[in-house]
Amino acid sequence: MSRAPAAHMRHAPRAGPAGMRRALPAGWADRRGTLHAEWTKLRTVAGPAWLLAATAAATVAVSAGAAAGTRCPAGIACPVDTTKLSLTGIEFGQAIVAILAVLAISSEYSTGMIRTTLTATPRRSAVLAAKAALVSGLVLVAGTIAVGGSLLAGRLILPGNGFTASRGFAPLSLAHGPTLRAAAGSVLYLALIALLSLGVATAVRDSAVAVGTVLGLLYVFPIVAASMAGDPRWQHRIEAYTPMNAGLTIQATTGLHGLPISPWEGLGVLAGWAAAALIAGGLLLRLRDA
Amino acid sequence: MSTGTLTPRRPGLRRGRDSYWQLLRAEWTKFRTVRGWVIGMIVAALVMVLIGLFAAGSAHIGCGGGPGNSPALSGAACLPHVPTGPGGEAVTDSFYFVRQPLAGNGSITVRITALTGQYGGGGGPAIPGSALSDMHRGIQPWSKAGIIIADSTKQGSAYAAMMVTGSHGVAMQDDYTQDIAGLPGTVSAASPRWLRLTRSGDTVTGYDSADGTGWTRVGTAHLAGLSATVQVGLLATSPSYMHLTPFFGGSSGQVGPSLATGVFDHVSLSGGRPGGAWTGDNVGNSDAYGSQTSRVETFRQAGGRFTVTGSGDIAPDVTGPASGVPTATIENHLVGTFAGLIAVVVVAAMFMTAEYRRGLIRTTLAATPRRGRVLAAKAFVIGLVAFVTGLVAAAVAVPIGIRLDRGEGQYVLPVTLLTEVRVLAGTAALLAVAAVFAVAVGTMLRRSAAAVAAVIVVIVLPYILGVAGLLPEGAGEWLLRLSPAAAFAIQQSMPQYPQVANVYTPANGYFPLAPWAGFAVLCGYAALALGAAFFLLRRRDA
Repeated sequence: MSRAPAAHMRHAPRAGPAGMRRALPAGWADRRGTLHAEWTKLRTVAGPAWLLAATAAATVAVSAGAAAGTRCPAGIACPVDTTKLSLTGIEFGQAIVAILAVLAISSEYSTGMIRTTLTATPRRSAVLAAKAALVSGLVLVAGTIAVGGSLLAGRLILPGNGFTASRGFAPLSLAHGPTLRAAAGSVLYLALIALLSLGVATAVRDSAVAVGTVLGLLYVFPIVAASMAGDPRWQHRIEAYTPMNAGLTIQATTGLHGLPISPWEGLGVLAGWAAAALIAGGLLLRLRDA
Repeated sequence: MSTGTLTPRRPGLRRGRDSYWQLLRAEWTKFRTVRGWVIGMIVAALVMVLIGLFAAGSAHIGCGGGPGNSPALSGAACLPHVPTGPGGEAVTDSFYFVRQPLAGNGSITVRITALTGQYGGGGGPAIPGSALSDMHRGIQPWSKAGIIIADSTKQGSAYAAMMVTGSHGVAMQDDYTQDIAGLPGTVSAASPRWLRLTRSGDTVTGYDSADGTGWTRVGTAHLAGLSATVQVGLLATSPSYMHLTPFFGGSSGQVGPSLATGVFDHVSLSGGRPGGAWTGDNVGNSDAYGSQTSRVETFRQAGGRFTVTGSGDIAPDVTGPASGVPTATIENHLVGTFAGLIAVVVVAAMFMTAEYRRGLIRTTLAATPRRGRVLAAKAFVIGLVAFVTGLVAAAVAVPIGIRLDRGEGQYVLPVTLLTEVRVLAGTAALLAVAAVFAVAVGTMLRRSAAAVAAVIVVIVLPYILGVAGLLPEGAGEWLLRLSPAAAFAIQQSMPQYPQVANVYTPANGYFPLAPWAGFAVLCGYAALALGAAFFLLRRRDA
């Protein structure tokens, strides 16, 4: 699907005229300019704002739905992790985050804008870094709203479904250490998904293929792991080292000993995936013609 | 393939049909000449096969007691012997059988005055001071005591039986899968049950009665090719005890053996040799249940009173906790369908959205101003390509997967050819309809990223939430009824039997909707999306 390489780009100068550079307090102004340019691109089209709003709204809606659909009838033991249950919507919201992050770079390829961008900022890694900083920053904001809304919905809905304080389910509160960790971790999870998606999209350039790849990486492994009850060794490997399974261990607040990997290590695994995708994308961005 | 697009339109064909044929060929040419799309479909088939074989072909079965608690045998040597019933299905056939031969037609009548039982593990008062001191008193819902006419004592032979059960009243069962309810209520000395089976040729008819005078016909079984001389007598058996605690994302619990004891009197046999002696036989005593019945007195005859104790079940084999041996199903090798589906959806969405991105849609619609036809041709071409891709992948993954399983000692539950065809063709059809759905959503949204994400999320995410144990069972089952993920029911090869107590959840491979009903849900979504796409394509400027 890639366009024919633009031959003239290969010989484009890698830095602007040296004379103009010297007048600026080198480095930072460049970076500020790149950031500002990327911010303008994100700010002045409607898509990103809608996608961010949709991330927050859909996450809260799915979380509230999961909480409303879960009942603990009297007389039955309910070993439910109410914090994790209240954050179910993250599994849906991450798909919208993936679209947002993929489009941040692939829309430049589909319109040809990337050639303008790279002419203006020949340091290609700076372009990717600016996009990564802005997209993850925006996702952190939307994610905070999404997680806050989800926990609030859980706090309001769950006691009515039998998860009462008298049965050992304290109302969800950020003052509770593990819940705070799950909440903050879920926000970070979304930001890491954005970085993973950005890296994949930089590598494959086409938006449809990038979204398919990211959602495949996220959603296929949990299904494979669930089908592998016959082989605990591989099941453990998949649960501990694939992006969604490992990353979402950050949401667990009960049964921590039974986890395939500890919560922060799990988030670290996802960070590793995101870093690998960004590095691969960055290298390909440098090496290939745009 | 080689005819290309330059072939002039053949004269003589009617115009409408001709132009639609050309439209189909134009869309096919668009598909096959974009290398990325063809590669995408090949990738779909490859990931389906590889994930299916990897996920299901990695069971490590060990068996036999070796030194130091390690299994002495592994792999194919551990393949359990599982009997198959007259219909070819895998069955459990273990019970205590007090029998004598019956030549030709005849009937047996008994009165049952008690059905009691013991089971291992879990709550309840233990039985002190007996050989069963580790067991507790109690009967299982499908513990059975009654009368049976069986072709032979071989496991898996044809039979018809009338029985009282732990909590499902009187039942007439035959050939493992059939179950007809008779009188309700539990049996006791104060309210005994009279049961009768009558054989006439290949037909066995069951009757029940509360008083031995007024009889009700419960059902009739047709046992094709029943031997001239059959085994007739009393049976007692009791399936595994299951104490399951449902919880978020699954259930945990104890599974253990159980025993059932039936007390019979007024035993009368007509048509057989008069005064024939009764012999006791532990059918299927070589399997796990045998060790239970070896500890107790299984058969006592005193006066006209028979006390029979047995363990096991006469029922179809299933997957899940109720299964006696570790079993796999053919659809275990189709778990890669999800990965294949994602690739197919990407290609199908791009098949439409690429037209918008390149502006080709204007040329396409100028050539064929009847826009609905363009959409129909695209849906047809991509649906057909996805179907073929899915069929090839499924037809490769399943047979190889079954061989791998057998090599590892994993027993694969046999299914009829018709069921296997339904599972394979259904998987292909699932990909085809998903592809059509993606084309429709791509037409509506015109953006490939959003279209791809939307289709993947509505099909795959409900399945993850419902099956991989991320939502509680009730909510998960509703998702698998209402969302497009319901279509994965078409891959379920084993039916759900009401007469076998088991955990029938999506996590164990049992969907809340019947196979074709679930598939119809996805078709409904695809039809709705196609309708909306048709409407928008006609209304909007391209």
